[in-house]
Amino acid sequence: MTDQTLKSESSPIETLAPLTEVCNISKRFPGVVALDDVSVKFYPGEVHAVVGENGAGKSTLMKIMAGAYTPDSGEIYLSGEKVLFTHPQEAQEKGISIIYQEFNLLPERTVAANIFFGREPSKYGVVDTREMNKQASAVLREIGVEQMISPTTQASSLSVAEQQLVEIAKAISFKAKVLIMDEPTAALTYTEVKLLDDLIQRLKSRGMAIIFISHRLIEVFDIAEKITVLKDGQLVKTTKKAEVTPSDVVFLMVGRALDHYFPPLGKPEDFGDVVLRVTDASNQFIKGISFELRRGEVLGIAGLQGSGRTELAQALFGVAPFESGSMELHGKAIAVKNPSMAIRNKMAFVTEDRKSEGIAPRQPIRDNMLMTVRAIQSVFGVIHKDGIGKSRKLVPMLGKQVDIRTDSFDREAQFLSGGNQQKVVLAKWLASDANVFIFDEPTRGIDVESKASIHDMIRDLTNRGIAVLMISSELPEIVGMSDRILVMWDRQIAGELPAKSSEQEIMLMATGHVDAKSAKNISKAGEE
Amino acid sequence: MTTITVSENRFKQFLRTIHIPPVFLFLVFIFLLGGILDQIFSDGQIFKNPPILLNIVVRSVPLGIVAVGQTLVIIGASIDLSVAYTISITAVMASFVMQGNSANVPKAILVVFAIGAVIGLVNGLTITKLHVNSFIATLGVGLIIKGIINATFSNYTGSVPDSFQYFGYGAFGIIPVAILILLMVVIAGWLLLSRSKFGFHLYGVGGNVEVARLSGLRTDGVLIIAHVLCSLTAVLTGLFLVSRLQSGAPWVGPDGIYDLESVATTVVGGTALAGGKGGVWGTLAGVLIFGVLDTTFNQLGVNPYLKTVLRGAIIVLAVASYTFRSKKDAA
Repeated sequence: MTDQTLKSESSPIETLAPLTEVCNISKRFPGVVALDDVSVKFYPGEVHAVVGENGAGKSTLMKIMAGAYTPDSGEIYLSGEKVLFTHPQEAQEKGISIIYQEFNLLPERTVAANIFFGREPSKYGVVDTREMNKQASAVLREIGVEQMISPTTQASSLSVAEQQLVEIAKAISFKAKVLIMDEPTAALTYTEVKLLDDLIQRLKSRGMAIIFISHRLIEVFDIAEKITVLKDGQLVKTTKKAEVTPSDVVFLMVGRALDHYFPPLGKPEDFGDVVLRVTDASNQFIKGISFELRRGEVLGIAGLQGSGRTELAQALFGVAPFESGSMELHGKAIAVKNPSMAIRNKMAFVTEDRKSEGIAPRQPIRDNMLMTVRAIQSVFGVIHKDGIGKSRKLVPMLGKQVDIRTDSFDREAQFLSGGNQQKVVLAKWLASDANVFIFDEPTRGIDVESKASIHDMIRDLTNRGIAVLMISSELPEIVGMSDRILVMWDRQIAGELPAKSSEQEIMLMATGHVDAKSAKNISKAGEE
Repeated sequence: MTTITVSENRFKQFLRTIHIPPVFLFLVFIFLLGGILDQIFSDGQIFKNPPILLNIVVRSVPLGIVAVGQTLVIIGASIDLSVAYTISITAVMASFVMQGNSANVPKAILVVFAIGAVIGLVNGLTITKLHVNSFIATLGVGLIIKGIINATFSNYTGSVPDSFQYFGYGAFGIIPVAILILLMVVIAGWLLLSRSKFGFHLYGVGGNVEVARLSGLRTDGVLIIAHVLCSLTAVLTGLFLVSRLQSGAPWVGPDGIYDLESVATTVVGGTALAGGKGGVWGTLAGVLIFGVLDTTFNQLGVNPYLKTVLRGAIIVLAVASYTFRSKKDAA
């Protein structure tokens, strides 16, 4: 596990020179090291899967290879020649093509215009639309979807899966030597995935190097010859598929040293009545959701990106409400239609996207903290500098409660560190006197020390009888904090695991069709 | 039977390629309504008198030309608020250089187009390289031009020779030259947007600049070209105005509210202010709607302030209808 790269053994494929190679790549974003000294070799005619948890650095590495990001240090070699990309165009010219995880189509343009965007067939600057449509048809035929998608259709009228197929067509049309696919199958159905498999086999036989990122381990083991595991921005291992089993890979993905202390879990006798009960609820994003949340417990929600975790929180809080099923809050049936209704019913939502939904960056800390109370108080209520109505000293009190380190509450929230910003968001909700708290990624992108104090605060909430629903993609956080764990997969709840379940169990449930019981068994077998 | 369907498809395809926007229906509606009101309450000249009909178009020419340029930058998710002063500096400089002498006309035209190109370049570079919001960048550039011309010229300056007035008043048979020029500008804008690589790229840059970048496009150049083209249309409008007025004054641009009205007509024509969507035909319809409104109100002799109220209402309703439609599409 400690050896960093694959030893060069005398397998036939190893005797070829790598088509492309990244060496000692590091990339740092404000507050996080996204990649730390990562080196991988990619060979022609080979499908190379890159796996890792959310935030492991997969997408960053791919974006660097495609020229969308510039690395802080390290080198990229292509056919033995050192290359440096400062713009995606340069990577494309050198034959590196990428399908991004997020959609990259222009909704108002046709399929053909999207596929050939920036490279339209033209004469004297005049686009030959007929030729472009013809070439687009050819590319669509190559991936076997020419019956499904017409080159002249407007992109916005396509389904999500069809859009994904157009992205693939676009990437293919570059006639690239290296094709990077960042979660290409996330939106595809079984038959479409099959099409993609066939296509990958054909491209591979032409000597292309295919780099494939996926969360679905089943798929990785179906398609890839080699697997590289990244964790926390570092390379764990590059290995041949034949040499590992899926549970080995899961272990490599999550295995780590204890990074910090979590507060003690709640005691079963402390858990009170059911505060929130959801029965068979669905909307366009998630389906058949049923669970109960009790006073005084932390219910952890685990799941991979796209599994519906965030959508669940948004449905509960009325951002994208449930359309069917029932929801009971404090023993009363309720349909939460919008966030204002959720707040009035004593719910709080600490969002995943702190920057755009959690804080108002240019407002002072004080106004940020008072935002929810002000929103629900009567329009004619008296506003004081440090609070409202009778609670004139609310802001200093909240500041003390969440332990914000700042010299003044007049400071604009944008100048605080990520950890302190998150504390402001927490303070804002504490002020609203809510008794059901939903946390979506409570500690994403903040330093270890603030992490620990936020964990303490969450436990503090439950000790005061508040019910907490905590969504997190960080498995140690889920395991360390949750009194019960719900695992989501494919937009529904895959199953429930008890406190102190292992990261492997969660990961196995979150990556495929494994129920709670077999997760336990497999994980036990792996440990022995 | 089959031939009919084929030709029908051809026709539909043709309609789709030239993007006739629904705003044209509204134009026809406004025109008929104006004509009927004119029949009832006035002397019915709108329907009876072809020159009045042509006049609707001719008075739309200056706004129409610059609105085509404005449409380009708005499709690129930018905006140009400096056009009014670009028009002014063109009018003033053209008549100043010409000094009533036909021999100076080519020189004057060269000078004003060069000035226009520089203004467009400054706008484009400020927005793309200095990352100044386009609203602020072009507002600032506009004020700079305003200051320069106000400091240099205080009133009508110089004059244009009679020969140059052919641009404003001449006619080709019964069709005024001005209308032909407007039509040429609109067709050029349409070809540029729907046929040229530049047009394809502009829609991409306006639709989503990050997508455009990740697709390997150098986005800055596209937006700079759009701004230069927009400024050049403002120059053409300035030349048209000075040929009508015989002499240029610093206030011709701002008096015509060409900055805000070019934005308004573009938006009424269905181009999204957020960029990435729209076209010049819609803008032409927007401009003509304003023209019909003006003419009708003149005919009826109604309080001109009511006209302003109606213009405002049309802008708001048009945009509301577009958002409503696109929401319905999404659902």
